[in-house]
Amino acid sequence: MQTTIAQLKKGEKATITQFDVEAIPLKLLEMGCLPGNTVELLQIAPFGDPLLLNISGSHLAIRLETALQIEVTRDEISSK
Amino acid sequence: MQSIQVALIGNPNTGKTSVFNQLTGLKQQVGNYPGITVEKKVGQCVLSETCLANVLDLPGTYSLNASSIDENVVIEMLLNKKDPNFPDVIAVITDVENLKRNLLLFTQIKDLELPTVLVINMADRMVPKGITLDIPYLEAQLQTKIVLVSSRKRTGIAELKNVLANYRDLSVIPCLNASSIDEAYFSQLRKAFPKQLLYKLWLVITQDVNFLNLERKELPNSFTKSHADLKRLQQKETIKRYQFINDILKQGLIVNSSLATDYRSKLDRILMHPFWGYVIFFGVLFLIFQSIFDWSRVPMNWIDTAFANLSSFTSTQLQPGMFNDLLSQGIIPGIGGILLFIPQIAFLFLFISLLEESGYMSRVVFLMDKIMRRYGLSGKSVVPLISGTACAIPAIMATRNIESWKERLLVILVTPFVTCSARLPVYAIIIAVVIPDTYLLGVVHLQGLVFLFLYILGFASAIISAWLLNKVLRISNKTYFVVEMPNYKVPLFKNVYINVIEKTKAFLFGAGKIILALSIILWFLASFGPGDDFKNAEANVVAQHQNLTVNSSAYKNILATYKLENSYIGLMGKSIEPVISPLGYDWKIGIAIISSFAAREVFVGTLATIYSVGESESNSTIVNKMKADKDIRTGIHTFRFSSGISLLLFYVFAMQCISTLAITRKETNSYYWPLAQLVFMTGLAYLVAFLTYQFLN
Repeated sequence: MQTTIAQLKKGEKATITQFDVEAIPLKLLEMGCLPGNTVELLQIAPFGDPLLLNISGSHLAIRLETALQIEVTRDEISSK
Repeated sequence: MQSIQVALIGNPNTGKTSVFNQLTGLKQQVGNYPGITVEKKVGQCVLSETCLANVLDLPGTYSLNASSIDENVVIEMLLNKKDPNFPDVIAVITDVENLKRNLLLFTQIKDLELPTVLVINMADRMVPKGITLDIPYLEAQLQTKIVLVSSRKRTGIAELKNVLANYRDLSVIPCLNASSIDEAYFSQLRKAFPKQLLYKLWLVITQDVNFLNLERKELPNSFTKSHADLKRLQQKETIKRYQFINDILKQGLIVNSSLATDYRSKLDRILMHPFWGYVIFFGVLFLIFQSIFDWSRVPMNWIDTAFANLSSFTSTQLQPGMFNDLLSQGIIPGIGGILLFIPQIAFLFLFISLLEESGYMSRVVFLMDKIMRRYGLSGKSVVPLISGTACAIPAIMATRNIESWKERLLVILVTPFVTCSARLPVYAIIIAVVIPDTYLLGVVHLQGLVFLFLYILGFASAIISAWLLNKVLRISNKTYFVVEMPNYKVPLFKNVYINVIEKTKAFLFGAGKIILALSIILWFLASFGPGDDFKNAEANVVAQHQNLTVNSSAYKNILATYKLENSYIGLMGKSIEPVISPLGYDWKIGIAIISSFAAREVFVGTLATIYSVGESESNSTIVNKMKADKDIRTGIHTFRFSSGISLLLFYVFAMQCISTLAITRKETNSYYWPLAQLVFMTGLAYLVAFLTYQFLN
C-alpha cells in the first residue's frame, strides 16, 4: 500500500509524491501542499485527528480524511 | 486636496490589520458591504500635504480563489471598477517569515494590472530569525516597490505613505505569465474577449462569484470545461506561480536557520498536549468567566448606582409630569440598562482579541475539532459558542469565517442557547428567591451550583440541538478543514484596544437602540391604561383602603401596583394568564415575560416596577417582596420552588431577544431561520417549563 501523510509518525519527514486533485481542497494546494514539497508531521490532536503539519514552511492543520489522500515517500534521514 | 482609494489585502495572520491601524488610527468606520454582513473597514489617512487616502481593509484571504463569504468580497470588489471603493492602488501585506506562501496572492494581484506595492511586515523578526532580503533584486523580479514595515516597532509606515501617495510610479505589469499553463485555451479566450483582462476572465470561469459587469452567460460554451479539468488547470497555475516564487526567493531570500530561536514548537507541545492542552484551555475559559462575572461586578455596580441616582435626581429636579416620568422612569433606566452590560462585553472582547492576536485561538480549533465533529460542527464553531456566553450577537457575527454553509447555519441557530450575559440578572434574582442560601456538605454553595447547572444546560442544549439539526437538515455539504497555525505573538496593545472599542461601540449602538426604544414603549404601556379603572386609580385605591393615609409610602406602593394591574401591559399580562398558569406563573410574571420578550434583562426591571420598589432601595428588598408575595385568592406563594424552577428553565431555552433574531435574519438572509429559531426555542421552553412544573407541583 502507498504511504500517505496519515501513516507518518510524529516528527517524521516525507516528500509529497502525488494526490487526486479532485479530493484535495484548492486552498491546501495554495498553502504549499504540492508534489515535491516536504512535509513534517508535527503533532497529532487528541483522539488522533486532526494532524498538524509543516508543509514547506507553512504550519497547517488538516483532517485525517484529507491526509489519507496525499501520498508521500518517507525521507531517508528521518525514517530509521 | 486629492483623495485616493487604497486597498489593503493579504493572507490572514500577516498583521494586515496592524498596518491598517498604524495608517488610520481611530479614524475608522466599520460598515457592511451592501446585501451581506461581511465587515467593511474603511479609514482615513493623510499621505502627504496634497493627498488623502481612503484606506480599505479587505478581509484576509489566501488567494483570489474564494472559498468563504469573506474571500468572495475581496474578488468582487477587485474586479468591479464601478465600486466606489475600487482601489487606485493596492498594498499587499506579507509576513517576512511566510514570504513564500504570501507571495502567491501577490502574483495573483499583479495579474489584475493595477498599481501594487508589496509590504513586507514584521521586519523586526528578520534579525532574530536570521533572514536577509535582497530588496533591489526582488523589486526587479516582482515588478514592484517593496516597503519593509514593522507595525510592532512602528517603522516603515512613513515610507509606505510616501509610496502610496506616488502610486502612479508603480508598475502595472504582471510578474509572470500564468496563461502559459494552457496556451491554446488562453489565446482563444483572448481573441474572443480582446477588451477584457485575461486573468479576470479566468477568475470568472473558475469562481462562483456574481460579477456585475461580466456575466458567466456571455461566455460561449466552447470555453466551459469540466470541474475536474478546471481544477487540474488551477493546480497547474498554482504550481507555476510557486515555481516562479521559489526561483526568485532562492536568490532574494537567505535564511540563516542557526540563528533562529524556536519557542513555537515548545509552546505547541504544551498548549496542544492531549492532556495539558485541555487543562490550559479550561483554565482560560475559567478566567474568562471569572472576569465576566466577578471583575465586571464592580464597574457594573457603579453604572447601576449612577443611573439610579441620575434617575431620582431628574425626577426631583424637574417639574412633575409626563415628561419627567418618561425621562426618569423610561429613558434614563433604559440607557442605564444598555450601559450596564458594557463592562461584561468589553471584558469578553478583550479576552477574545487577546486570544486571537496571540495565535492561541487556532490551537483551540485544533484541539476541539474531533469532539465537535460528532455534532455536525467543527473546531471552528468553538469560538462563536464561547463568545455566546457574553452575547449571541457578536457570536453569530463570528461565524463568518466558517466555510461550510451548513455548519455556519447550525452554529447561528444554536448559539442563542448558550447562557448569555443578559440571562444572568434573571437567573440571579430567581435563584435568590427560590433556592435556599445553604451549603451542601458544608462546602458547595447550593445557589452557585444551580448557576453552574444552568450554564451547563445551556451549552448542552446548544450541542444537542446542533446534533439534531445536523440529522434533520438536508443541505449538501462539501466540507473541508484546512487551518493555518500562526506563529505565537505578543498581542499589540493598539490592535486589542481598537478592537475592544469598535466592538463595544457596535454593541452599544446596535443592540442599544432596540433596548432603548423598547424601554420607552414599555414605559408607555405601563403608565397608561384603558377605561375608568386606570383613570380613577387614586379614588379607587382610597376607597378600598380607607385606613391608609394618602402620601404614605404604603399608599404609594398600593397605588403603583393598582395602576400597573390596570395599565395596558397589566391587562396583557392578565390576558395571557390562561396560557402561562400551567407553567405556574401568574399575571405579574406574565408581564415580566412579555416585557422581556425583546430583551431578557428587562425581566428584573419589570419585576422591580411590579413590586413597586423604588430605584434607590437595595436589591434585597425586591427579593424579599418576591419571596413574600402570595396569590390573594389561594394564599399560595407566587415564587415557590416549583414555579421558580419552571421559570428558570423557561429562560434557559426561550428565544427572548429581538436583536439576536435580527442578526440571524441578516446573516442567513432569510426570515425563515429566525422564525424557526423563535418557534423551536420558545416552544421547547414552554414544553420543558410545563413538564417541570407539573412534575414538581
